[in-house]
Amino acid sequence: MRTRTLILVAVLTACSIAPAAAERLVVSLSNHRIAITSSFVGDDLVLFGTIEPDAGKTLTRRDYDLVVTVTGPNQTLKTRRKERVAGIWVNVDSREFLRVPSYLAILSNRPVETIASPDTSRRLQLGLDNYQLTQRVGADFADTVPDDPFRAAFVRLELQYGLYRQESTAVTFLTPTVFRAAVPIPSNVPTGNYNVDVKLFAGGALMTRTSTALEVIKAGFEQYVADAARDRGLLYGLVTAFMALFIGWFGSVVFRRD
Amino acid sequence: MQIYLPIADLPVNIFLVLGMGLAVGFISGMFGIGGGFLMTPLLIFIGISPAVAVASVASHIAASSFTGAINYWRRRALDLPLGMMLLSAGILGTAAGVWLFTKLREMDQLDLMIGLSYVTLLTGVGSMMIYESIKAEMRTRQGMPATLRRPGSHTWLHGLPLKMRFKRSKIYVSAIPVWAIGFIIGFVGAIMGIGGGFLLVPMLIYFLRVPTATVIGTSMVLTLITMASATVMHAATNHLVDSVLALILMVGGVIGAQFGVRTGQAMRGERLRLLLGLLVFAVGLRFAYQLVVQPDDLYSLRLVGME
Repeated sequence: MRTRTLILVAVLTACSIAPAAAERLVVSLSNHRIAITSSFVGDDLVLFGTIEPDAGKTLTRRDYDLVVTVTGPNQTLKTRRKERVAGIWVNVDSREFLRVPSYLAILSNRPVETIASPDTSRRLQLGLDNYQLTQRVGADFADTVPDDPFRAAFVRLELQYGLYRQESTAVTFLTPTVFRAAVPIPSNVPTGNYNVDVKLFAGGALMTRTSTALEVIKAGFEQYVADAARDRGLLYGLVTAFMALFIGWFGSVVFRRD
Repeated sequence: MQIYLPIADLPVNIFLVLGMGLAVGFISGMFGIGGGFLMTPLLIFIGISPAVAVASVASHIAASSFTGAINYWRRRALDLPLGMMLLSAGILGTAAGVWLFTKLREMDQLDLMIGLSYVTLLTGVGSMMIYESIKAEMRTRQGMPATLRRPGSHTWLHGLPLKMRFKRSKIYVSAIPVWAIGFIIGFVGAIMGIGGGFLLVPMLIYFLRVPTATVIGTSMVLTLITMASATVMHAATNHLVDSVLALILMVGGVIGAQFGVRTGQAMRGERLRLLLGLLVFAVGLRFAYQLVVQPDDLYSLRLVGME
């Protein structure tokens, strides 16, 4: 009898902790592949989605919030700081940011700090201030506080380049359960695999999450040139040098006056 | 019209880059120089990273100096043996320059080195040229010949061993200063993304007493070969040569140079040298300003590796 009560209590507690099981996210991107061609100047993707009830259940809530996190392939970057040395400005100090996303967009329907508690935000990396950016500090690897000067400068520069962004109006609800999100892809995005992570919140708690992916690739001529420069550097250099000689010779023939 | 550059990884306006090629080509044709000291800073200014700019400009200079060299070859105003001697050391200098370029990039001091070299070289050479041409101008005003040609005058450089005769230039000099000049030009060119014509021409005139008739043609041959090999070396080691960018620059440069040559031929030599001196000096000052004035942002990013 006693054990039964315990089990019942346990089941009830589990239910009250995880009401998440009631909702399901169905999302779709307008395009899963972005091709960088010679006329590429950036793109805009649209993520569509609906909040569906689980089988045999109905949705009872109406206060949903969404946070969409788009991350590009990881890269390691150095942030350098200049200081005046003997009258001129020199890079004196630097910090390495290890395996951080090359592209990071945090999109939501309202400011992330109003969606969840600071604690939840930190745990789920909501917002740029809460996103984990690992630095090499001496022999250690750690993320620092958001107002660390190197971290702040890193995020500020990435924001300037348009590669990091946080937009609290990018997700719009068309009906209380149907939403769309605009994902801006600037012209300077790196190529590779991108992950799109969609988190559904209600009343400050995570209900459910789902993810999808997209791919940014160089296509056609752009891809051909970039591959050649990387994989066959010597041959590529020789071809470029011969192209220079040809253009130079051509110019002298075309404009010959004697 | 925007075109995406595959190595620089950014879109640029094709007409802007073509226009830059035309303008620099005009100046290079007018003064008989490659124009790299103008082109590299311009590319950096429109947002191309210094490393890609330096590596890509090398091939652009190779193209425009090839056009020039062919024209001088037809007029027989070219001393090939002297060019080859300069070159043998020039290639070594280029290799050393590309090596240092790679090292400095790893140490985050490349931009600083490029800036410092520009300041010292450009202001130095620029002020020397201004001084020299103003003196010549004043001599003409007083009714004396503009250039003081002292064909027989010798400096300590002529006392060095390993003497060689260069028939077309009518000089008899030691191979040591020839090699030294070749090495310096190759080295400086690879680091700064310049052909070094504006340095080589005065060096050949003042140190080796090469006559003005063969000096520009010879300098162009050297520039051509050092820049062509710098292109290959930069492509093989740093993978930073953007051939699409280079192609647009070359086309503009070759066309612009033709009009520059005509304008240059209509001007007096001393006037031309004064103008070039002022231009070189002004670019040098621009770099000095950049180094001394506090930058808008003290922080900058550099990509270490992709996954």
